[in-house]
Amino acid sequence: MTNHWIDIRNSDCILIMGSNAAENHPISFKWVTEAMKQGAKLVSVDPRFTRTSSKADFYTALRSGTDIAFLGGMIKYIIENEKYFKEYVSEYTNAAFIVTDKYGFEDGLFAGYDPKARKYDKSAWAFVEDEKGIPEKDKSLQDPHCVFQLLKNHYSRYDLDTVSAITGTPKEDLVKVYELYSATGQKGKAGTIMYAMGWTQHTVGVQNIRAMAMIQLLLGNMGVAGGGVNALRGESNVQGSTDHCILYHIWPGYLATPTTKWPSVSDYLKRRPKSNDPLSANWWQNEPKYMVSLLKSFFGDKAQPENEFGYQWFPKLDEGKSYSWLDLFDVMYKGEFTGFFAWGQNPACSGANANKVRQGLAKLDWLVNVNIFDNETGSFWKGPGMDPKKIKTEVFMLPCAVSVEKEGSITNSGRWMQWRYKAAEPPGEARPDGDMLVDLFKKVRWLYRKDIKKGKAAVFPEPIINLKWDYTTNGAFDAHKMAKEINGYFLKDVTIGTNSFKKGDLVPSFAFLQADGSTSSANWLYCNSYTGKGNMAARRTREKSGIGLNLEWAWCWPVNRRIIYNRASVDKYGNPWDSEHPVIKWDGSKWVGDVPDGGWPPMLNPNGTPNPKTKYPFIMKTEGFGHVFGPGLADGPFPEHYEPLECPVEKNLLSDQLINPITPVYATKMDILLSCDPRYPFVGTTYRVSEHWQTGVMTRWQPWLLEAQPQMFVEMSYELAKMKGIKNGEKVIVESARGKVTAVAIVTHRFKPFKIQGNEIHQVGMPWHYGWVYPKDGGDSANLLTPSTGDPNTRIPETKAFMVNVRKM
Amino acid sequence: MRVTRREFLKISAGTAAGVMVLGLGMDLKPVKAYAQTLKIRYARESTTICPYCAVGCGIIVHTSKGASGKVINTEGDPDHPINEGSLCAKGAALSQLVNNENRLTTPLYRAPYSTHWQKVSWDWALWQIASKIKKSRDASFTHKNDKGQVVNRTDAIASVGSAALDNEECWLIQAMMRSLGLVYIEHQARI
Repeated sequence: MTNHWIDIRNSDCILIMGSNAAENHPISFKWVTEAMKQGAKLVSVDPRFTRTSSKADFYTALRSGTDIAFLGGMIKYIIENEKYFKEYVSEYTNAAFIVTDKYGFEDGLFAGYDPKARKYDKSAWAFVEDEKGIPEKDKSLQDPHCVFQLLKNHYSRYDLDTVSAITGTPKEDLVKVYELYSATGQKGKAGTIMYAMGWTQHTVGVQNIRAMAMIQLLLGNMGVAGGGVNALRGESNVQGSTDHCILYHIWPGYLATPTTKWPSVSDYLKRRPKSNDPLSANWWQNEPKYMVSLLKSFFGDKAQPENEFGYQWFPKLDEGKSYSWLDLFDVMYKGEFTGFFAWGQNPACSGANANKVRQGLAKLDWLVNVNIFDNETGSFWKGPGMDPKKIKTEVFMLPCAVSVEKEGSITNSGRWMQWRYKAAEPPGEARPDGDMLVDLFKKVRWLYRKDIKKGKAAVFPEPIINLKWDYTTNGAFDAHKMAKEINGYFLKDVTIGTNSFKKGDLVPSFAFLQADGSTSSANWLYCNSYTGKGNMAARRTREKSGIGLNLEWAWCWPVNRRIIYNRASVDKYGNPWDSEHPVIKWDGSKWVGDVPDGGWPPMLNPNGTPNPKTKYPFIMKTEGFGHVFGPGLADGPFPEHYEPLECPVEKNLLSDQLINPITPVYATKMDILLSCDPRYPFVGTTYRVSEHWQTGVMTRWQPWLLEAQPQMFVEMSYELAKMKGIKNGEKVIVESARGKVTAVAIVTHRFKPFKIQGNEIHQVGMPWHYGWVYPKDGGDSANLLTPSTGDPNTRIPETKAFMVNVRKM
Repeated sequence: MRVTRREFLKISAGTAAGVMVLGLGMDLKPVKAYAQTLKIRYARESTTICPYCAVGCGIIVHTSKGASGKVINTEGDPDHPINEGSLCAKGAALSQLVNNENRLTTPLYRAPYSTHWQKVSWDWALWQIASKIKKSRDASFTHKNDKGQVVNRTDAIASVGSAALDNEECWLIQAMMRSLGLVYIEHQARI
C-alpha cells in the first residue's frame, strides 16, 4: 500500500475491485465504514456479488480477466469528459513528455515486438531528450507525440459497446462507475483503490494494476490522504518477507539479484540510470550505498574493498532467465532438483496446477517441510494417487513455534513494522524457525570446516565460512540482534556533515549509509527502525488528532513515512490540495505533518519564482515524474486488454492478439491449456472466505473455524444449476484440463450469467482452503484445476481466470 | 470522554464507574467486566499482532503465571489504532491455533519408500539435513555457466517460504539460502 489502513477513512470514493476486503481483510472495513459515514461512496466491481458488494453504494459485475477493458474504458471517459486533474497531470506526471517516433501500436502489438523470441525491444518506447539529456515536455499536453495524446489515442478504442461486450458489464453500469470514481479528479477530493489477488493472478496482472495507477495519476490521487494504490496483502508478513526478498530476483531492500550482466561489484554499482535533470532526486542513484552496506551485513569484516565486499561469493543468475515459482516447479517436475525446502508453506495446495507440483515432489531425493501442522506437502507421499512404496523422497517434517511463542516483528500491508512478544513456550519439542535456521546453518558450516581441516578440497566454502552468523544469545536466536543488523551500524568513527558517530552506533537513517564499507545495513529500507532511540517497531503511542498517520505507533518504511509520494499531495507552493486532510505542508522553512518524501523546499518560492533547491515529487523515478507512460514493463508502456490464456471467447474484440503476446508458456505434459473447448465451457475462479486462510493449514485444524466453513464448495448461478440439473447442497465435480475436485454446490444469485459478445457465459467460483489431509472428505485444493502460466513481468500464476466444467457426481 | 474497556477496568478497580445504561435498563458492565477479570486475573499480559492477513490487528495475549505457562486467553487489543479491539473470525480463534492438540510437537522422518513417519531427535534430523545439503550442493555446484561466466551456484536445491516468518527470520533464511548458492528461492509473495 502506498497509503495505510486507517487512511482509507480519508477517502471520498473507494473502489474495491480485484479484492473482497469485507471478507478477506475484515477489519479494513472499519475504515471503509468510517469513510462512508463521512459521505464517501463505496463501489464494488467483482464477478460475484460478495460481502463487499453487499455494503457498496454501487455494485456491478465483470467477467474474470477483463479488468483492463473495464479500466481502459474509464481512462477514455476521464479524458473525454475532462475529469482529470490538469495541474497535477501536467506538472507531476510524465503526461507532458514527448515520446520518440519509434513508438507505435498496431493491432494489439506495441513497437519493438519480436514474434520469434516473443519479446519486446523496449528501446522503441523511449522519450525525446533535449541537448542536456532531459526529457522534452509539452505542458499544454497538445503535442501529438506527447504521452497524454498517445494515451488518449490508445484508449479511444475502449468505447462502451466494446468494453461491455468484453466484460459483460452493462453499459449504464460502466458509466455509473466511471462517473462516481472520476469525481475524485477534483482538487481536494481523493479516491482510493483496494485490490488484491483478483488483479495480480492474471497473465495481465501487472498491467491491471498499472491501468489503475494511471487512473490515480490522472485524477491526482497519488500521495494524497485517502488516495494511493493499495494492494491488500494477504499474509501477516508478506510485506516484510517481500521487503527482505525471499524471492529469486531481488535482494533485501529491492536491490536486483546479481546476474551475469554484472560480473563484478563495480559493474553492479554503476547499473542505475543517471538523471541529467538537477531537479530529479532519482533516489536509486543511492543504490551503491545500500548494496555495499548490505554486503557488510552479509560478511562483516570479511567484506573488504579488495574482495569486492564478498560480491563474488554469492550466486549469480543467468541474465534473462527466470527462476520464479512456476519455473521452479517446472524444473522440479522434470526431476532436476535433488533437495527442496518448503519452509512454512504448503505448495502441494497453494501452487497453481497442484498436480504438477505434487508429481514434482515425488522426484526429489529429500524434502524439508517446516510447519505447525501436518499438511499436504510434507505428507504428499501418502496423498491421493500416490504409492508410498514407489516414492524415494526422504522427508523431514519439522515442528515450529506459532507467532506468540517467539519474539520478532512483522510488517503489515500499510508497511507498518510491528513488534510481537513471546507469550509462551512452544509445545513439546516444537521450536522457533529462527532457532532452526541458526542451528542448521552452523551444522552445514561445521561440515565444510571439517573438510578444510582434513585438507580435503571443500567445494567453494567461502560464503558458508564467511557469512556473518552471530545473531544468538545463550545459543538461541535473538531477534533484537538481527533487527539491529537489519537497521545497520557504523563500523568506524565517522563525521557526516555536522553529525559525528562512533563505531558501533546504530545508523539513524539510510541518508547516512555509505558505499565505502564504513556502514552496515542488512536492509536499507528498514534503516531507522532500530536506532539509538530504541526499537521503533515496539512504539505504542496513538495519534490524538489528525488524519490517522499515527507517527508514533510502531514504525513504517521508509523512514516512518506513512504516505508514499506525499510531496505530490501539495501544490507547487507546498500547500495541500486538500486542506481538510493535509498530509504535509510547507510552513515557510520546513515541512510539517508526515515525514516528507525528501526535505527539499517546494517547487516555487512564495513569489512564484522557481526554487532551484527543489526536487520533483516522484523521487523513485529516474526523471522524477509519475509514469502515465511506463516504458519499463515487459509487455508494453500502456495496458492493453488480452484474454486469459484459457478463455471462453475465440476473438479479442480489441485486436487480433487473443492473449498477452509474451506470456510464459510451459511445455510439460502436465501443462495443458484449453480455450473454447466444449468440455470446459465455464469460467472458473478462486477466492477465500473469512473463516479460512490460504491453504487452510493454519485454520482447518481449529474447531471453531472448521465448523463455520467445513468443506470445499463451488458457487454457481441458478441459471447454470438449472441447465446442469444441479441442486443446492449437492456434491458435484468441478474439472479442468488439469485436474478435478469434488465440491458442494452452492446455487446462488451472487453469480449471474454474463452477456459476452452476444453469448451467455457462465462463471463459477471456489475457495482454495482445503486439502486431503484434514478434514476427511473436506475436499481437495482448487489449485488442482488452475493453470501453470502467469504474468510475463512477475510470473504470478493465472489462478483467477481459467476454464472448467461442473457436473453431477 | 471515550472510555475503552481496558481504561474502564482500570477506573473501576479503584472507584465506582459512572452509570452506563445497557439495553436491560440497568448497568451490567461492572459485573461483566469483573467476570472477565477472573479468567485473566493472575495472568501475564503481552501484545502481539495477528498472524493471518496483513491488516496487522493488535491482539492481547494472557499467559498463565501457573506451572503450565500456557496461553489462556487472546482478545483484540482495544488500544491498537487499526482494529481498536475488533477481530475477524480467524483472529478471534488465535487461542485455538496456539492450544491445539493436532500440532506437530516432534520432528518426523519418512525414509525412502516408507509408508509411515517415525519420530526422530532434532539433533539427528538437523545433522541429516545438513549433510544432504552438502551432498546436493557439492555434487551440483556450478562455478561457470555454459557461456563461461562465473555464477557460483547450485541449481539442484530449491526453497520456498515464508511470509509467515518474522522479519528477522526472513532475513536469516534468505541469507542462509543465498550463501549456500541457491538461486531458486521463492515464497508466497509470488503466488
